[in-house]
Amino acid sequence: MTGYEGADLAIALINVVLLGLLFVIGIAIARMRSLFAIVMLSGIYSLISATWFVAVDAVDVAFTEAAVGAGISTALLLGAMLLTSRTAKPEKKAMSLVPLLVVIATGAMLVYATIDLPAFGDPESPANTYVGTDYIERTPEDIGVPNLVTAVLASYRGFDTLGETGVVFAAALAVILLLGFGERSLASSVGSRRGREK
Amino acid sequence: MSQKTDHHVILRIVAKPLIPIIALFGFYVHFHGDYSPGGGFQAGCIIAVSVILYSLIFGIAPAMRAVPPAFTRSLAALGFLIFGGVGVWALLMGGNYLDYDALFNEPPGGHDGQHYGILMVELGVLFAVAGSMLSIFYAFAGRVTEIKDEDW
Repeated sequence: MTGYEGADLAIALINVVLLGLLFVIGIAIARMRSLFAIVMLSGIYSLISATWFVAVDAVDVAFTEAAVGAGISTALLLGAMLLTSRTAKPEKKAMSLVPLLVVIATGAMLVYATIDLPAFGDPESPANTYVGTDYIERTPEDIGVPNLVTAVLASYRGFDTLGETGVVFAAALAVILLLGFGERSLASSVGSRRGREK
Repeated sequence: MSQKTDHHVILRIVAKPLIPIIALFGFYVHFHGDYSPGGGFQAGCIIAVSVILYSLIFGIAPAMRAVPPAFTRSLAALGFLIFGGVGVWALLMGGNYLDYDALFNEPPGGHDGQHYGILMVELGVLFAVAGSMLSIFYAFAGRVTEIKDEDW
C-alpha cells in the first residue's frame, strides 16, 4: 500500500487508537448524567471522528464533521440544554436489559454484514467503479475544478445540494416556528425580570 | 456586567482577536473550495460559529446588536434564493436547470460557467447555512436571559 515497511502497521495502530478513544467516549456518554459533560464529550467525539476520517483519507468529510459536529452542534446543544434541566433522570436497572439485548443483536448483525464488505480502498469495489471512475475521468474536461468533491457536490449533483440547502433552511424555519425569533422572547424575558426587580 | 463580577477577562481578551480570524478563515474555506477541502457548507458553519462564540463570551444581547436576528433569517432565505436563482439563470440562457455551462453562452470547452456557477451556488449555500444556524441559535439562546456560572 505505502512506500516503506511498517507504514501499514503505523496506520493500523492509529486507527485502533482513534477507534478505541471513540469507544471509551461512547461508554462514558452512556453512563453520564450531567448534560453539560455529555454535550462536551459529544463534541470531543466529533473531533476524534474527524481525525479518524483524515486518517482514512476522507478529508472533506473530516472537515465537515469538525465544522458541524464539533463546532455548530455543540454550541446548539448547549443552547438547547439551557432550556431544560442540567441532569438526566437516572435510569431504572431492570429497564436497561431489553435495550441492551437489542443493541447486542444489532451489533452482531452489523459485524456479520462487514464480512461481506469489500476491503478498504479496493479498486474493484462497487463504490469505486461505474460512476465513481466516470467522475474522476470526466471532471478535468467537464468542470475544470481541481477538487473532485466540489465538482461532484455542486455541479454533477447540484440538485442534491439544492435539496440539502432547502433542508437546512426548513430546519431553521421549523425551530423559529416552535421557539420564536429570539429577539422578542429575549426582550420580554428581560422586561419581566426588570419588573420583578422593582 | 459590573467590573466586580467580571472574572472572565482573560477569556474575553483571548477570544477577541480570535473571532475575526475565525470569520476570515470561513471565507477562505469558501473561496478556496474549488482547490482544497471545504465549501459553502463548512464556511457557513465556521462563520456562524464565530458569531456564536462572540455571543457565548460577550452575551447574547451584544451579539444580537452586532448581527440582528432579522438579518440572519433574511440571509438564510437570500442564500436559498441565490441557489435557486442560478438554476433559473441557466434556464433563461437556454440550458437545463442548474446547468452551469449555459450561464455565459461560452463555446464548448470553456470552464468559466462551471467555475463561477459553482462559486455562486456555494455562496448561496454559505448564506443559507450561516443564516439558518444563527437563526436556530438565536431562537434557543433568546429564551434564557443570562447564565450564571453556577448554572453550568
